[in-house]
Amino acid sequence: MTKSLTDIQTELLGTFFEESFEGLQQLESGLLALEQSKSSDPDIINDVFRAAHSIKGGAGSFGLPEVCTLGHAMESMLEDFRSRRTQPTRESLAALLEGVDLLRNALEARKAGSSLPLPGLQTFCERLAALRGASDAQPAPVIAAAKASENLDITFLPLPKILESGNEPVRLLRELARLGHADVTADLSKLPALTEIDPSLCYLSWQIALEGSGVTRAAVEDVFCWVDTDAEVRIVGRNATVTPLDIGPAQATAQSPSPLVQEAKHAAAPAPTGDGRSDTTMGSIRVGVDKIDMLMNMVGELVITQSMLGVMDDESRLDSRRVEQLREGLSLLARNTRSLQESVMRLRSVPISAVFSRFPRLVHDLSQQLGKQVELRVSGQTTEIDKTVVEKLGDPLVHLVRNSMDHGLETPEARVAAGKPPVGVIEIGAYHHGGDVVVEVTDDGRGINREKVIDRARQLGLLGPNEAPPEDAIRDFIFAPGFSTAAAVTDVSGRGVGMDVVRRNIRALGGDVFIETTVGKGTRISMRLPLTLAIIDGQIIRVGQHAYVVPLLSIVESVQVEPKRVNKYQGKRELYRLRDKLIPMVELGQVLGMTSWQRSEDSLMMIVEAENAQIGLLVDELLAQQQVVVKSLETNYDRVPGLSGATILGDGSVAFILDTAAIGRLVRGVSTNGAHAA
Amino acid sequence: MSELPDVPNTASEPAKERSAQLLTFFLDQQEYGVDILRVQEIRGWSAPMPIPGAPSYIKGVINIRGDVVPIADLRERLRLPPLEYGATTAVVVLRVRYKNRDRVMGVVVDAMSDVTTVPGHALKPPPTFHDSSESLTKEIATLEDKMITILDVDCVFGDQAA
Repeated sequence: MTKSLTDIQTELLGTFFEESFEGLQQLESGLLALEQSKSSDPDIINDVFRAAHSIKGGAGSFGLPEVCTLGHAMESMLEDFRSRRTQPTRESLAALLEGVDLLRNALEARKAGSSLPLPGLQTFCERLAALRGASDAQPAPVIAAAKASENLDITFLPLPKILESGNEPVRLLRELARLGHADVTADLSKLPALTEIDPSLCYLSWQIALEGSGVTRAAVEDVFCWVDTDAEVRIVGRNATVTPLDIGPAQATAQSPSPLVQEAKHAAAPAPTGDGRSDTTMGSIRVGVDKIDMLMNMVGELVITQSMLGVMDDESRLDSRRVEQLREGLSLLARNTRSLQESVMRLRSVPISAVFSRFPRLVHDLSQQLGKQVELRVSGQTTEIDKTVVEKLGDPLVHLVRNSMDHGLETPEARVAAGKPPVGVIEIGAYHHGGDVVVEVTDDGRGINREKVIDRARQLGLLGPNEAPPEDAIRDFIFAPGFSTAAAVTDVSGRGVGMDVVRRNIRALGGDVFIETTVGKGTRISMRLPLTLAIIDGQIIRVGQHAYVVPLLSIVESVQVEPKRVNKYQGKRELYRLRDKLIPMVELGQVLGMTSWQRSEDSLMMIVEAENAQIGLLVDELLAQQQVVVKSLETNYDRVPGLSGATILGDGSVAFILDTAAIGRLVRGVSTNGAHAA
Repeated sequence: MSELPDVPNTASEPAKERSAQLLTFFLDQQEYGVDILRVQEIRGWSAPMPIPGAPSYIKGVINIRGDVVPIADLRERLRLPPLEYGATTAVVVLRVRYKNRDRVMGVVVDAMSDVTTVPGHALKPPPTFHDSSESLTKEIATLEDKMITILDVDCVFGDQAA
């Protein structure tokens, strides 16, 4: 094992962590599949076994003994399944799932550079061993290893190709010698004549008689854990005697006080320091080769266009033919730029399965905790979405699923009584919708009772005692801070914190949350999220002397204002009658703080979405439609209510990007609740 | 953005070998200075895009090579009488630290003056008046023929003097 880490190792360590987390995911989903199918499908078992095995192996070579021990204990159990010695049971699978959690914690702790001992490791290993009911292979509790020692005869028969995988038998022997006193006999019988030796093959095998205070089967297994696919290792206990610590061979006691101390040293070593650490914590992204190839193509085309335009520069005179060429070149350039931009954007997008994959486990655990039967259906895992969005989507989604399971779904008895199948269904899905990605959580539970919501709103003072509840009461109140209709606060949810946080998080990503619910039938919560945060399609508008950008996605339509359709409401607010709808009119100039702004006679009204409602923005002129790069105002200034950012237009001037949802809120906040009564 | 350079120490420290290099400019006939290491560039006045809801001394934002940079009118910030922007009006683009982040902002001044090195013994702590605009003053440099008010650029943003 290594004592010092070079940069390469730090890099490898990063890869190891990344792959291990993927492996854990695989392990988890495999175990859940086993539990669900209640069978022992050999394919799944093999997959799971392989995942555990490579984590263990990697941990061994990176000097993470605890992870290795844990992985080993789990692997042993899985090995029992694989060899059909035992069948997976509910208990053993639950224990293995717990092991996955422990492994994940351990890996995360190590990744963060901590080398603290892992709590619960030993008890867990003991439990696994008890479940296995087998005394033959002790699952290597680290601490116990320090006390009970035995004398072992080890036969180490490496496959000839062992050297190809970078394993050096001598290193392993040296490792063994550290555990105690080792008598090593090499078997040279397979050694060919000197002229026939292939230096890349290993012809030797060894017999090792190991004795000493630190010698345990588990410790020895640990040494060989990385080569057990490349070698045959037989470990036979020899008249196991407990060697008192003080009379062990001097060399052995000096070199190996106890495996624990040694391993602790190893654990401390790989904690990357300084710059190395930032390397492993820096976000990385896996990109398909096809995406990179496409990008290369685009750049190639861009270079061609550039050279085509470059030729124009050679002659100073521009005749009409050249102008034509120039124009052509420019439009080509525009096309190239756009496709290049799209490709780069695609680099940033990752499949949403990164978030979804954690739900089978969550639903499994919660369903047991809540005593509800739940079937989880997941769709649209391959939907791609910006990495930043994916990362921030996790928590809100977890919250929604917890809510659905706790409040939404009924107990099996209640479901049967209501004439529904006892198993509730929760669907998580993602799909593209226009320029957005929609992520939905649907349950077929009891739905949200509108009356209950209104009662609760009155209790909380969100609604006056005699005030008429607004049409979308559920939506408005569910998302209010501190709101919960759950009768009891449970461990899972019901504390009333949450839905407002969900909405805030989703809005911070430039998206929004919607609720549809039918009492007795179920609830669907959909989150609309932008594909990317960096570039949007915008409609440029003029208000007063300034240009603003309205995201194209939020625009419903634009109409010429007909004065006879304008209705005054309570003398102050104006509502516009458009077909069968009444739309509150918003004087954008006023909202944007232009004191001198006057509504012109032939104003246009742009009808935009503002959180499920529509508002009409009065604008002076519609200018171009174009893609704009979103620049944060917070970089150098502060958040500005009503604006989602700024952009720089073609002429170099700054234009603000309007946040229609926030403008809707601003307007509603300013007015008395007139807009609702419409 | 990299760390901001250390600005000359506060006036409480005994003035010995310490000296300050200042970029100076005029506001209402009075000369003001800022630490030259905080100056990113000097630009002519160009009309900014006003920010809705911003304090009135923030004139808006402009585009500086792709960055959206807010512009503050220093006269207004210091509660000096307003002056029409003219040919000599300049915008000094500064790197400031505000709310724990390094930011870039511009301040509008009447006219640029000079780059002056002020020896440490000439730097004096500001007198205390019960005038909130004084909060911007970091030190006062007294030279033979003139006095320069050195501004603390990190305080230009922030609590608008009530």
